[in-house]
Amino acid sequence: MTGRQVAVVGAGPAGLAAARAALGAGAEVTLIDAARQLGGQYHRTPPEEYAASRPEALQHGWPAFAKLRRELLGHPRCAWWPETSVWALERRDPGQQGPPRVHLLRGPADGSHRVRQILEPDALVLACGAHDRVLPFPGWELPGVFTAGAAQTLAKGERLMVGEQVVVAGSGPFLLPVAASLVEAGSRVLAVLEANPAAVLARGWSRKPWQLAAQLGKAGELIDFTGQLVRGRVPFRTGRTVIEARGAGRVEEVVTARLRPDWSVVRGSERTLAVDAVCVSHGFSPQLELPVAAGCALRGTPGAQFVQTDARQRTTADGVWAAGEITGIAGAPAARAEGAVAGWYAGGGSPAARALPALRRSRDQGRDFAARLARAHPIGAAWPGWLGPRTLVCRCEETDYATLCRAVQEQPGAAARTAKLATRAGLGPCQARVCGPTVTELAARLRGAAPDAVPADGLPAAGPHHRPFAQPIRLGELARPPEPPDAAPEHHGA
Amino acid sequence: MCGTRAVVVGAGIVGAACARELALAGFAVTVVDRGGAASATTAHGEGNILLSDKGPGPELELAKLSRQLWPQVLAEIADRSASGAESVRAVEWEPKGGIVVATTAGGARALARFAAGQRAAGVRAEHLDAGQLAAIEPLLTRDHQAAVYYPDDAQVQPAAAATALLADALTFRCELRTGCDVLGAVTRGGRLIGLRTSTGLLEAELFVNAAGPWAGEVAARLGAPIDVRPRRGDVLVTTPLPPTVFHKVYDADYVGAVSSDDGGLQTSAVVESTRAGSVLLGSSRRRVGFDDRLRPEVLAAVATKALRLFPVLATASVMRAYGGFRPYVPDHLPVVGADPRLAGLWHAGGHEGAGIGLSLGTAQLLRALVLGRPAPIDTAPFQADRPAVLGQTSTQEDS
Repeated sequence: MTGRQVAVVGAGPAGLAAARAALGAGAEVTLIDAARQLGGQYHRTPPEEYAASRPEALQHGWPAFAKLRRELLGHPRCAWWPETSVWALERRDPGQQGPPRVHLLRGPADGSHRVRQILEPDALVLACGAHDRVLPFPGWELPGVFTAGAAQTLAKGERLMVGEQVVVAGSGPFLLPVAASLVEAGSRVLAVLEANPAAVLARGWSRKPWQLAAQLGKAGELIDFTGQLVRGRVPFRTGRTVIEARGAGRVEEVVTARLRPDWSVVRGSERTLAVDAVCVSHGFSPQLELPVAAGCALRGTPGAQFVQTDARQRTTADGVWAAGEITGIAGAPAARAEGAVAGWYAGGGSPAARALPALRRSRDQGRDFAARLARAHPIGAAWPGWLGPRTLVCRCEETDYATLCRAVQEQPGAAARTAKLATRAGLGPCQARVCGPTVTELAARLRGAAPDAVPADGLPAAGPHHRPFAQPIRLGELARPPEPPDAAPEHHGA
Repeated sequence: MCGTRAVVVGAGIVGAACARELALAGFAVTVVDRGGAASATTAHGEGNILLSDKGPGPELELAKLSRQLWPQVLAEIADRSASGAESVRAVEWEPKGGIVVATTAGGARALARFAAGQRAAGVRAEHLDAGQLAAIEPLLTRDHQAAVYYPDDAQVQPAAAATALLADALTFRCELRTGCDVLGAVTRGGRLIGLRTSTGLLEAELFVNAAGPWAGEVAARLGAPIDVRPRRGDVLVTTPLPPTVFHKVYDADYVGAVSSDDGGLQTSAVVESTRAGSVLLGSSRRRVGFDDRLRPEVLAAVATKALRLFPVLATASVMRAYGGFRPYVPDHLPVVGADPRLAGLWHAGGHEGAGIGLSLGTAQLLRALVLGRPAPIDTAPFQADRPAVLGQTSTQEDS
């Protein structure tokens, strides 16, 4: 036993692997997730009261997951804290070592009795995952338009059908499992529309086919999902997308159109389909508010940023490791490998451990896969072509495209922060989680290259991920003093 | 003054207001900021334009002048052009009035004395009985001892206000350079004649240091240090709510906190709605240098005090918090005037949390001083040539 206290945030594939590896290294682990069940979005299962007879029906790699879950829940050094969210990370005083204090809210999110708790771990593993990125289009605010992730959550978690006649559109391999979940839940999927043309997909996926073969888990999933789709006879079309949703009060039809490789619309190719739901995904945005709050440096370009890690999955913040989709969108196998490496080192494991080289290889293969994924499913530069002046770019604050254009083009010296305050885009309840990357990208295009601001002491960069409150917290909850950690209901076993 | 060149350092609300006054007076103005316009302290406050928190004295006189100027200046900008009118709409000028509530008997006595002094100095301050208070602020706690209504308190969206002032200045001979950091001074014969900046040399006849909490650093780089320090304040923002809070409502402790010298944490409740429906909850004051870290216990203290005024907010969700650094001078008075050591350098700042409200009056005083004309109020209390500004007082060190 190393006696190190490790907090793992996120109980998806990366977090679960991190917890297991940290336990293997001898640490005490607190595994934290906002959901009631282990598994994250990837292994989402209906709540127990649904008493699903075959929870594995919508699952992949179920036996391995079930075994890992038993192992973690039964481990004497593992505390599982479900329905727990991190609302703030408090960095240490300058000169002090160690990860930030972890401020938690425990209890059902819709209940009124959540309590505050504070953890002061020796190491923090962030495995917060990603959420759907959705590009705006006219009518995307209508009821009946779902992010693909939300639709999948409803299908997998609640066995709810989002609609009877559904179109799935966007880009990326996630469209397929979403369509499969919808079919399983009873929807009729009229079409799966991949915006990138077949040639782009082929170039991205087959440049080095042996790399894909090495990523067998992922490839297996793809083949499996595609098989289910073929059996259900769902048409899969490339180079086409939904450019508008219409309806009185909710979605009644969508307009689809053929796209060129840059995602400009081929005029005259528009077609109308009667639907009662549409599910959209244009890839994933990593959930970076906690890494940013912890002080982790990011890498990548604006709009496509990830947490920077070293070969041991360490971030630039002392005592903080990162794994899974926040370091790159690479699928579950890579997330597991990263989680295992992160958990091992966070738990104080020896760098000489025999399993590490294989894990690192698996992680590196995952990173290759991520690069291929990005190549095969780029977001075409001409997508703003389908925006109209009245198209909402921020749904919470109902900021339309014309308002954003005016604010960015007319304001003297408009800094990102000022444009945000002027248009209110990103200031609503979602706090730019949905529209942030889009608004950042559109503003950068409209403004042209802005001179870089010289960083000032004490002013955090006005990045889209700077969100001091990682979760909304009720004033009453905030005002009550935190409970001591020991007073918490323990979830050993279960 | 046609053609005389002026450089304003800082594109926050005070810099924007000064640039506008100087441009109106015929100067050729360049505004520089190392970040973007209106993106630092100005974008991290509530947009207060208050008379209610100021006791009789020079700051109250400046506040009265500014309060009178706000509607006038906004009307001028709106009348100038369609885009001016558009920018003024974004300012969300709201003369909503303020209510100060005392929750203890001692607080009630102090509030009554304070309000009487203000009335003698020409401030409208009306005592409210419990029934009147409940009628105009129905969700406020009934558990209070006294309340005073200040009809002249107002609120703006501060970044939009600075942007409107700056945009108006830019319609005259005025230029804005963002991403431009001031590095040092070029002097000749003891006179400041240029700034070395990250984007090159800037020559002018007149330089205004309006760098807010960074004014001390800018002044030091120019070889004429002044004692302006950052004092941090945090504000909580709720998700949009149905109408709950109708005025700017704060507890009587606030007045004590504003004028306090204590470097430690001070909190008092300030509660108000924005036009978008969010409720803003302040306020805290801490001297922590430029430490931008979130402090959950500070926010918890703010929440606790706000709930004492509005228990109904217990179930409201806070979706974000923002912290800003306010420029703090040890004697709590703004600095407006010429630097006593370096000719050509002027200072306009040190307003702590009142800079939004006081910006317009400050700019008008600066213009009068620069032109050698009579000012509408006495400027002597604000001069830079005083011990507190020149760092000659000893106060508790920043922690």
